[in-house]
Amino acid sequence: MALPLVPGRRRNPDRGYPFFLIPAAVLFTAVIAVPFVMNVGLSFTKWQGVGPLHWIGLGNYQRLWHDRTFWAAFEHNVAIVIAMALIPTALGLVVATALFDYIGKRFGPRTASVLRACVYLPQVMPLAVMGVVWGWILAPGDGVLNSALRDIGLGSLGHDWLGDPHTALYTVMAILVWIQLGFPVVVFMAGLQRTDPALNEAAELDGAGWWRRFWHVVVPQIRPEIYVVLLMCTIAALKAFAPIYVLTRGGPGISTDIPSYYSYQNFFEKTQVGYGAAIATVLTLLTLTVTTAFIIVQNRHQDQER
Amino acid sequence: MATSTADPIDDRPAPRPPAPTGARRRRGGHAVLAGFILLAVFMIAPFAIVVMNAVKSKSDYAAHGPLALPHGIDFGNVKTFWNLVDFGHVLMNSVLISGCVALCAVLLSVLNAFALGIGRVRGRTWILLAFLIANLLPQEGLVYPLYWLAKQTNMYDSKLTVIIVFTVIQSAFGTYLLSSVLSAFPREILEAARMDGAGKWRLLWQVVVPVSRPTLVVLMTFFFIWTWNEFLLPLILLVSNENQTVPVALGVAQGEHIVDVTMQAASGLLGIVPAVVFFLIFQRTLTRGVTVGAVK
Repeated sequence: MALPLVPGRRRNPDRGYPFFLIPAAVLFTAVIAVPFVMNVGLSFTKWQGVGPLHWIGLGNYQRLWHDRTFWAAFEHNVAIVIAMALIPTALGLVVATALFDYIGKRFGPRTASVLRACVYLPQVMPLAVMGVVWGWILAPGDGVLNSALRDIGLGSLGHDWLGDPHTALYTVMAILVWIQLGFPVVVFMAGLQRTDPALNEAAELDGAGWWRRFWHVVVPQIRPEIYVVLLMCTIAALKAFAPIYVLTRGGPGISTDIPSYYSYQNFFEKTQVGYGAAIATVLTLLTLTVTTAFIIVQNRHQDQER
Repeated sequence: MATSTADPIDDRPAPRPPAPTGARRRRGGHAVLAGFILLAVFMIAPFAIVVMNAVKSKSDYAAHGPLALPHGIDFGNVKTFWNLVDFGHVLMNSVLISGCVALCAVLLSVLNAFALGIGRVRGRTWILLAFLIANLLPQEGLVYPLYWLAKQTNMYDSKLTVIIVFTVIQSAFGTYLLSSVLSAFPREILEAARMDGAGKWRLLWQVVVPVSRPTLVVLMTFFFIWTWNEFLLPLILLVSNENQTVPVALGVAQGEHIVDVTMQAASGLLGIVPAVVFFLIFQRTLTRGVTVGAVK
C-alpha cells in the first residue's frame, strides 16, 4: 500500500489525539509501572509480607550470587530455552519447509494443511492442561508410557520419568519441545507464502539438492520470521512457570527449578518476599537484555543485507 | 495483512506435481509423507489417549490398562471430577474473564493505536517502546505487588481485578501491533472524512474501526485464547473455587493429589475440550493472525 506524502502542517494540527492515551496511561501506571517499581524496591528489603520492612540494600543480590539453588535454576532455564526456542525453531524450519514445498506440492495443499493443524494443536491448549496430560501419561508404575513399554516387551525401560532427578529435566524438555513445535511451523509456513518460488525453482534447475536449497535459498528468505520466533520462544522459556508448577513443582529436589518458579516459591511458600523480588528483578533484567540483544543483532543483519 | 477469509495455504492454486523420474523418487516422496504422518500421530496421540481413558470406568482401566480401547463409554470419572472442582462454574469464570479481556483490551488498543498510528502524537516512538517493554515484562516481576495491592484495596480474589490486569497486559501487545497497522492507514480516506467535517471521535468509530475490523477480530481471538491459557496471575489472584479459571482449577487439583489415575484423564479431557472447540472456531482467524505479528 503506497503512502501518499502528507502535505505540510495543516490548519487543523493534530490536537486532541493525546487524550485518547489517557485511559491507557492511568491503567498502565496502576497495573504495570507501580507494581514494577514496588517489586524493584522490595528487592532491596527483607520482608515477610507482613510486619516491618528492613532495608538491606544489595543484601538479596549478594545472597543470590552465592545461592547454589539460583545458579542451578538458571542452568535449568538454559535447558528450557534450548527446549522451547532452539530445538523447535530448527525442527520447525525443516518441518515447515518440507510441508510447504514438498508435501504441499506432491500430495496437495489439503494434506499439508491437515498435517500443520496436527502439529499446531498443542499450541492452542493451556500449558497447565498440557502439564496435567503429560504428568498423567508419564505417571510411574502403571502410567500410560510405562504400560506401553511393557506391552511391547520393553518393560525394563519403565521409569519414574518425572520423579527421578536424573531424568526429570530431560523429560520436561521433551514435553516442551512437543508443546512448542507448532508455533514456529505455522509462522514459518506463513513466511514461506511471501517468498519468491522462482528462486527455489532456479536453484533446482541448477541441480541443487533439497538440503542445499533449504539452507541457501529458503532460510535466508524467512530470516525475519526466524528472529521473531526465536525471540518470542526465548521469552516464553524464561517465563515457563505453568509447566514447571504442574509437572514437577521444581522437583524432585531442585532438579527442575527455574528462576520463574524459584521466585514464586520465595514469595508464597517461604515468605521471603524481598528475596523473591530480587529473583524476579533479575529475571526481568534478563528478559530485557535478551530482547535488546535480539533487536541489535537483527538490525545489524538487515544493514548488512542492504 | 491478508483480508481474504481463505486459509493462505488452501487458496494457492495447487501446482502440478513434477513428473516423477523413476520409482526411487516416488518411494522417497512416500517415505517423507510417512515420516510426517508419524509426526502427526505423535502430536495427536496424547489427546487420543486422554479421551480414550477419560470415558473408561475405573474397573475397566484396572483390568485392561491405559492402552486398551474402552469397553463401553462411562462418564463416571468425568462427572466425579466435574463435581469435585465445580467445573461448570469454573468454565463460566473462564469464559467471562477471557471474553471481557478480549473486548476491553481491543478497545484500549484501538484508542492507543488511534493516537499513535493515526494521530502521530509527539514522542510516539518512546511511547511505543514503553508499550513494548510492558508487553515483555515477566509477570513474575509484577505478581507480588499486584497481590499485595489487591489485598490492600479489597480487590483480592475478584474476577474484576484479573480482567483489569489482563486488559492492560494484552493491550500492550495490541497497541504495538495496531499502531504499526494503522500507521499505514490510507491517508486519502482520513482526509476525505476530515473534509466531510468528521471529528476525531467519528473518525475513529466510523472510519478507522470499520476498515480495520479484520485485524481487530484477529486480535480479539488472540486475547481470548491467551487470557484463557494464563496461569500464574490467576493462580495468585483468584484463590476461591468461586472465581478460579479452568487451567488453575485443573493445575491445583493435580497438585493436591486428590485425583486418581482415571480421574486425571477426565480432568485432562475437560481441559482439552474447550480449547479444541476454540481451535475449530478460530482456526481460520488464527492462521491468518499468526502472520500479522510475524513480520513487522
